[in-house]
Amino acid sequence: MLEIRIHGRGGQGAVTAAQLLAISAFHENKFSQAFPRFGVERRGAPVESFCRIDDKVINVRSQIYTPDLVIVLEASLLDAVDITSGLKPGGIIVVNTSKPVKGAKYSDFKVHTVDASQVALEIFKADIVNTPMLGAFAKVTGLVSLESIFKALEERFAGKGKLIDLNKEAVKRVYEQVE
Amino acid sequence: MVKKVTEASQAVAEAVKLCRPKVIPVYPITPQTHIPERISDFVDNGEFDCEMIYVESEHSAISAAIGSSASGVRTYTATASQGLALMHEILHVVSGMRLPIVMNVANRALSAPINIWNDHQDSMNARDTSWIQLYVESAQEALDTTIMAFRIAEDHDVLLPVMVCLDGFTLSHVYEPVDVPEQKTVDKYLPKFKPAFSLDGKTSTMGPIGYPGDFMGFKKQQHEAMLASLDVIKKANAEFKKVFKRSYGDGLIEPYRLDDAEHVFVGAGTICGTARTVIDKLRNEGHKVGMLKLKAFRPFPEDAIVKACKAAKSIIVFDRSVSFGFKGPIFAEFESAFYEASQKPLLHSFIAGLGGYDVTLDHIEDAFRSAMTADKPISRWLYKE
Repeated sequence: MLEIRIHGRGGQGAVTAAQLLAISAFHENKFSQAFPRFGVERRGAPVESFCRIDDKVINVRSQIYTPDLVIVLEASLLDAVDITSGLKPGGIIVVNTSKPVKGAKYSDFKVHTVDASQVALEIFKADIVNTPMLGAFAKVTGLVSLESIFKALEERFAGKGKLIDLNKEAVKRVYEQVE
Repeated sequence: MVKKVTEASQAVAEAVKLCRPKVIPVYPITPQTHIPERISDFVDNGEFDCEMIYVESEHSAISAAIGSSASGVRTYTATASQGLALMHEILHVVSGMRLPIVMNVANRALSAPINIWNDHQDSMNARDTSWIQLYVESAQEALDTTIMAFRIAEDHDVLLPVMVCLDGFTLSHVYEPVDVPEQKTVDKYLPKFKPAFSLDGKTSTMGPIGYPGDFMGFKKQQHEAMLASLDVIKKANAEFKKVFKRSYGDGLIEPYRLDDAEHVFVGAGTICGTARTVIDKLRNEGHKVGMLKLKAFRPFPEDAIVKACKAAKSIIVFDRSVSFGFKGPIFAEFESAFYEASQKPLLHSFIAGLGGYDVTLDHIEDAFRSAMTADKPISRWLYKE
C-alpha cells in the first residue's frame, strides 16, 4: 500500500487533489481512499490531506502517520511545517518550487521539484497548483497515467468544459517538467 | 450499477434518492452537512422529486418528519451530535407513534468541551428512544444499510424508526470506491411505501393521550416490535444479498475470521476496518484472533453474539462512548449477554476514540496482545495523558 500526504494551505485545494488522486488510482483498477485532516480549516493556514492506494481492498481507517510520499503545494511550507514528519526512509518528496530543495533533513529522501506555479500562472493566470501537481505524482511514481488523471478531472469537474481542458494542459506540462 | 470513487456522504445521498422519500425536513450540522447538501443538489437539478423542508432546528426537523410520515409518505432526515440531542424528546414520539422514519446520524461527540469529531456518544445517548440503531464501516455499507433501513422500518411487524449511524469525518468525509445500484434494482428490493396508518383522507387519531390502563400495552407492543425486528433485519439483509449480491453477516453482526477465534475484537463503525488489518497480521503469526462487528446495537442481538463467539477465551470490546459512572455501553451489553451463557470468556473493556482521538492499528494490536496474556479483565482508556 502506498500512503500519501499532501501539504498545502487552506484554500489551495489539497483536499481536492487527494480526491482526484483516489479517483485516478481507481481508473488504474486500484483501490483507493482519500480524506482530509479533519478539523476546522482556515484560509492560508497549513493543511494536510491524505490518500491511500493499494492493489487490494483498503480496510485501515486510521490517519496516516508514516507516508511513503509527500506532496508539497507551496515551498513556504518547507519552513512552516515538518513535511518529513513520519516519512519512511527512502520516501519521496515532490515540491512545487522554483528553487532546489537542499538540506541535511532531506538526505534520507528522494526529492523532486517542479515549478508548478509558473505553469499555473501561464495557463490559469492564477497560482492554482493542486491539480497540476498530480502530473508530478504521475511522472515520479508511474502509478497513475495521465489518461487516468484526465478521467478523474472529467468526473470531478463534470460540466465545466474549459476548466477541464486547462487542467489537463497544466497536468501534462507539470508531468513533462518535473525533475 | 455505477462503480465510482465518491464521498461516503454522497453515497448516502444517492441511497436516499434511490429510496424515493417524498419529504425530507432537515437542519445542517457538522459533520452531517454533506448529506443534505448532496440531496439538495439532486432535488435542485431535477433528478429527485422530493420536498425538502429547511427548518430552523433539529427539533423542528424531526417534528416536521412526524407530520410527513403520519400523513402517509416515506420520510427521511439526517443529523449528528447536538442536533440529535436536540431531537431527543421527539425521538420518543416518533417511535411511540410507530412512524417508520429513516435517519442517518454522522456520529460526533457531544459538548462540552465543544468537539466536532467522531465518537458514538450522540447515538448511544439515544439508546432507549426505541429507534433501531445500525452502525456501518464503509461508504458501501452506509449506502446499502440506508436502503435496507427503509425496508426494516416499514415492515408491518416492525413499524419503528431506524437510525443508520456512520462515523462523522472518519467515514462521512472519506472518498472511496462505491457501487451505486440502478433505480430499477432498488425498486425491486424496496416496494412502494404502504403506511399501516395514515392521516391522509381518513378520520383517525394519532398520538392521543395514553391513560395508565392503556399505556403499558402500547409500550409492550413497542418492545415486542423491537424484538421482532431482529428477524426482519436478518431477512432484509438476506434479501439484499439476493438482489444486490452483497450483504453484511446476518445483518445484525458481521463475523471476520471468527469461527475458531480465541480472542475476539468487538466494535462498531470504522474501527472494525482497522481491526481487520490487525487480525490479518496476527493470524499470519499464528494467533487465533477474529472480530465480531456489531452492526445492530438496538435491537441487541445477544443470542447471535453468544453463538458466534463459541471459541472465544477473551473478548475485547472497544467502545467509542462511555456511560459515565458505569462502563462502555457496548461492553455492558456483552457482560449481560454472557451472564447466562455456558462459555465464560474474559471480557476486556477499552474506551477509545472519543472526540476524534484516532484509533490506530497499534491500539488494536496492543489490546489483542494484552488480552492474549491476561488472566483477569482489563479495563483501559486508550489515550495519552
